[in-house]
Amino acid sequence: MTAAVENWTAAAPVSAARDREKRVAMLLRAASLALFFAIWYAVAILNSQVFKVFNPLLLPAPHTVLFAGVELVRSGELQRDILASMSRVIQGFLLAAVLGVALGTAVGRSRRLEYLVEPTIELLRPIPPLAFLPMMVLWFGIGETSKVAFIAYAAFFPIFTTTLEGIKYVDPLLIRAASSLGASRRDIFRYVVLPAALPSIITGLRLGFGLSFFVIVAAEFIAADSGLGYLINDARTFFLVANMLLGAAIIGAIGFGFNIVLRRLEGRLLKWRNNVRS
Amino acid sequence: MSVAEALNGALAPVTAGARAKVQIAGVSKSYDGKLALRRVDLELSENSFTCLLGPSGCGKSTLLNMIAGFVPPTTGQILVDGRAVSGAGADRGVVFQEYALFPWRTALANVEFGPLMRRRSAAERRETARRYLKLVGLEAHRDKYPNELSGGMKQRVAIARALANAPSVLLMDEPFGALDAQTREILQEELLRIWQQERKTVVFVTHSISEAIFLGDHIVVMATQPGAIKEVIEVTLPHPRDRSSPQFVQMERRIKLLVREEVQKLGVI
Repeated sequence: MTAAVENWTAAAPVSAARDREKRVAMLLRAASLALFFAIWYAVAILNSQVFKVFNPLLLPAPHTVLFAGVELVRSGELQRDILASMSRVIQGFLLAAVLGVALGTAVGRSRRLEYLVEPTIELLRPIPPLAFLPMMVLWFGIGETSKVAFIAYAAFFPIFTTTLEGIKYVDPLLIRAASSLGASRRDIFRYVVLPAALPSIITGLRLGFGLSFFVIVAAEFIAADSGLGYLINDARTFFLVANMLLGAAIIGAIGFGFNIVLRRLEGRLLKWRNNVRS
Repeated sequence: MSVAEALNGALAPVTAGARAKVQIAGVSKSYDGKLALRRVDLELSENSFTCLLGPSGCGKSTLLNMIAGFVPPTTGQILVDGRAVSGAGADRGVVFQEYALFPWRTALANVEFGPLMRRRSAAERRETARRYLKLVGLEAHRDKYPNELSGGMKQRVAIARALANAPSVLLMDEPFGALDAQTREILQEELLRIWQQERKTVVFVTHSISEAIFLGDHIVVMATQPGAIKEVIEVTLPHPRDRSSPQFVQMERRIKLLVREEVQKLGVI
């Protein structure tokens, strides 16, 4: 009886080799970052001290950017700008997430609704959201509303599309299996369709979040008196290149951090997908 | 109940007192006007084990899917316990060749699905699921996800999941078709053990002649172009059946000839 159940034993040498591969990967990743900063530093220092090819103000060294950051933290400006941008991103993203998942789910369940909605979505989707930004400023003013609406608009499309695909392409065999186990239509939606679509919904949310970050800076360039985009644009007016680089670096760091958090969350929610033992 | 008793009632003509468990009356199926299955009349008695045997394209899976209620017949009707089938239902458990386990549910949670649909309490669901996982020998793997299980283990979970719902009819669509030969034979033996223990009316689709003789008390040999019933053969060999016994081999040879005629109708394959 038990002999029939295949045994699963991981071969030890395989895992040792995998550990080594992991260490090498870590080392190379660290080297990638180190190399990037080294080159930046070298170019900046060599230009300002030795070769003087271009105006040293155009490319401050990494430590100059760091000092600029310390200065901005001391004055409280950086915290204020980060907070302003983050609050817009989160509001806009949440709005897009709710609308995108809800509409994507509804359209995925009804073919008629899909016929009704799809052409309009496909018409709007290829237009870069930025094209609508000046209009949104006219409609919603230069306050928070226009930025939140703009982010929500931009992030809506990937969330909607991936949710729709996820709901539509659930393995029909799983639906058959569930219905032969006594599941009602509502049960099938809750216990089969939603969990089966979850991976694509999460992918959509991650894409949408990335896009929210992507567009907030542009929105803050145009009309804002706070935010990281404002920080960069304001620094440009005063030729404070270190501040501009700092603003960009902060955006990068925040995006990087959020991606890690979202991936962790994804790993936890989709534990069943990642548990493969080879 | 002994197997011999189970055999006796199978496919007996319907009399006033003894109603067949599954009645297939004048059932045919066309897809886009093309006849896939020509008028089938078949009656399966309670606790019988019927194998639908034939090459691909003989409509054996179509027939099974119609009993399951996944597809409606074009003509005729199917009665289970005297009630017409009009859709899938918990009284007919299905085991698929591709397992069709919910990948986001552990082995135990997959088996719990049927009781969950019947809104049983969490404790009762767990109790039932454990009992059936034990029946198929997988209690040690209950917390694993399907992608951590081998093919044989997945099919064990799928069988436990179907049984945990206490269906009176068990429909199996080439359930061991994707497994290697050794695993397949072991699961065939276990299926017989479970069938004798749980008393189900089993309909088992296969294209393996030896599998059909090993398992079934009746073998429905199917014709092709269009799909139809060619011959119904009763298997009276006592269990456990020895695949190398003269009677087994003789029956295998006879059915092989029947099936070959149907394969030849398909032309070059």
